[in-house]
Amino acid sequence: MCLGIPGRIIAIADEGRKLAMVDVCGVRRKINIACVVDEAHPIDQCIGDWVLVHVGFAMSRVDESEAAHTLKLLEELAEAQQTLREMSLSLEAP
Amino acid sequence: MKYVDEFRDPQKAAILFSEIHRLVDQIAPQEPISVMEVCGGHTHSIFRYGLETMLPRGIELVHGPGCPVCVLPIGRIDDCLAIAEQRDVIFTTFGDAMRVPGSRKSLLQAKAEGADIRMVYSPLDALALARANPEREVVFFGIGFETTMPSTALTVLQAEADEITNFSVFCNHITIFPTIKALLDMPGLAIDGFVGPGHVTMVTGAEPYQFIARQYRRPMVVAGFEPLDFLQAIAMLLTQFAEGRCEVENQYARVARAGGNEVAQEAVARVYELREFFEWRGLGSVDQSGVRFRHAYGRFDAERRFAVPNLQIADPKGCQCGEVLTGALKPWQCGLFGSGCTPENPQGALMVSTEGACAAYYQYGGLRQGVSA
Repeated sequence: MCLGIPGRIIAIADEGRKLAMVDVCGVRRKINIACVVDEAHPIDQCIGDWVLVHVGFAMSRVDESEAAHTLKLLEELAEAQQTLREMSLSLEAP
Repeated sequence: MKYVDEFRDPQKAAILFSEIHRLVDQIAPQEPISVMEVCGGHTHSIFRYGLETMLPRGIELVHGPGCPVCVLPIGRIDDCLAIAEQRDVIFTTFGDAMRVPGSRKSLLQAKAEGADIRMVYSPLDALALARANPEREVVFFGIGFETTMPSTALTVLQAEADEITNFSVFCNHITIFPTIKALLDMPGLAIDGFVGPGHVTMVTGAEPYQFIARQYRRPMVVAGFEPLDFLQAIAMLLTQFAEGRCEVENQYARVARAGGNEVAQEAVARVYELREFFEWRGLGSVDQSGVRFRHAYGRFDAERRFAVPNLQIADPKGCQCGEVLTGALKPWQCGLFGSGCTPENPQGALMVSTEGACAAYYQYGGLRQGVSA
């Protein structure tokens, strides 16, 4: 639950609700990106950004090398694998 | 025993270890320097990578109360069950909380007995369930520190905007700052410095920690979750001791910015207010350490919508989580460790999640005590 996993914003899904499609280790799902957009970085400029995702919310922008580094490390953590499983299972939810 | 070459960047690890050894030699403490890592993620990393075995004997790590699943009191789990076992309710929770024992059973056992309890990855999934099941009451079990607090706040704001009326949150969010203060106020607490939680700081910024350095004269270094981050934070803390400084420093500035995340802070401030007190498993009641919904968001508050027993239930007899959390005992020195209390059948808070010190030690072991035995 506390674990942040890096993902990449690939499309804007719902501009009003600030939802984006984010690719997290190959799992694609809608993520709320409200916390990483502001006037200086509006929603349409977010595509391609790497973000740290916590329980369905992008909480911080990270640079690509930081993201790659963290992803490698997360491969070693059982908890990260569990979070990814939960993320992909939740895609089946309505 | 772990070796430096198991690190992803062995060269960097070797440099950090030699720096840590050099600083400890320079400081030459009479008693080991006692450092508390506040975050359960750090506790997990320390045991997963065997960091404790590789540090010089002049440093002692104390594993603090930073695992939100571990510190959930038994009574709150009973409250969950009281909600979840009502007809018409779909009770949703993060997977981490499923196995936490209540006084009679866990959520997992209640689910096996037929209660409609569903694991979700995000509170947004719970909101989607509410949308799809308008005839049911969907309740989300909100737990966690400032890292997850904004996610439930933003989900409730979305529910408000979408005029969803069958969604509520059983709010058990907690804040770490008053609890660090409560620890520091305990007589005889031997903690010389802190490693601060990176992802909480990503939301709050570093300002809320300043009292630790200013008022209590203990240095803190906020750290990321890689083993090298942790080692670097230890080296930064030791440098402060060596130079006679006492500050809050940020090793994790690449993710946790000085001011934190303003959007997240605004959402939290809009939806939540501080409770007068909140109970922590192993520590007891801590003033202003939890949040609840503001009156304006009362309709999303499961505590107002459902009658919850809200009883205080004592930890099982013999449980010494409190002593372990404050560093008075090591996990294996508790009388229940490994016999009456195991990850399969946890009695105390710290055995519940892999981020709890006892469960992490049980799983990975091989500590100093294990090496020298």
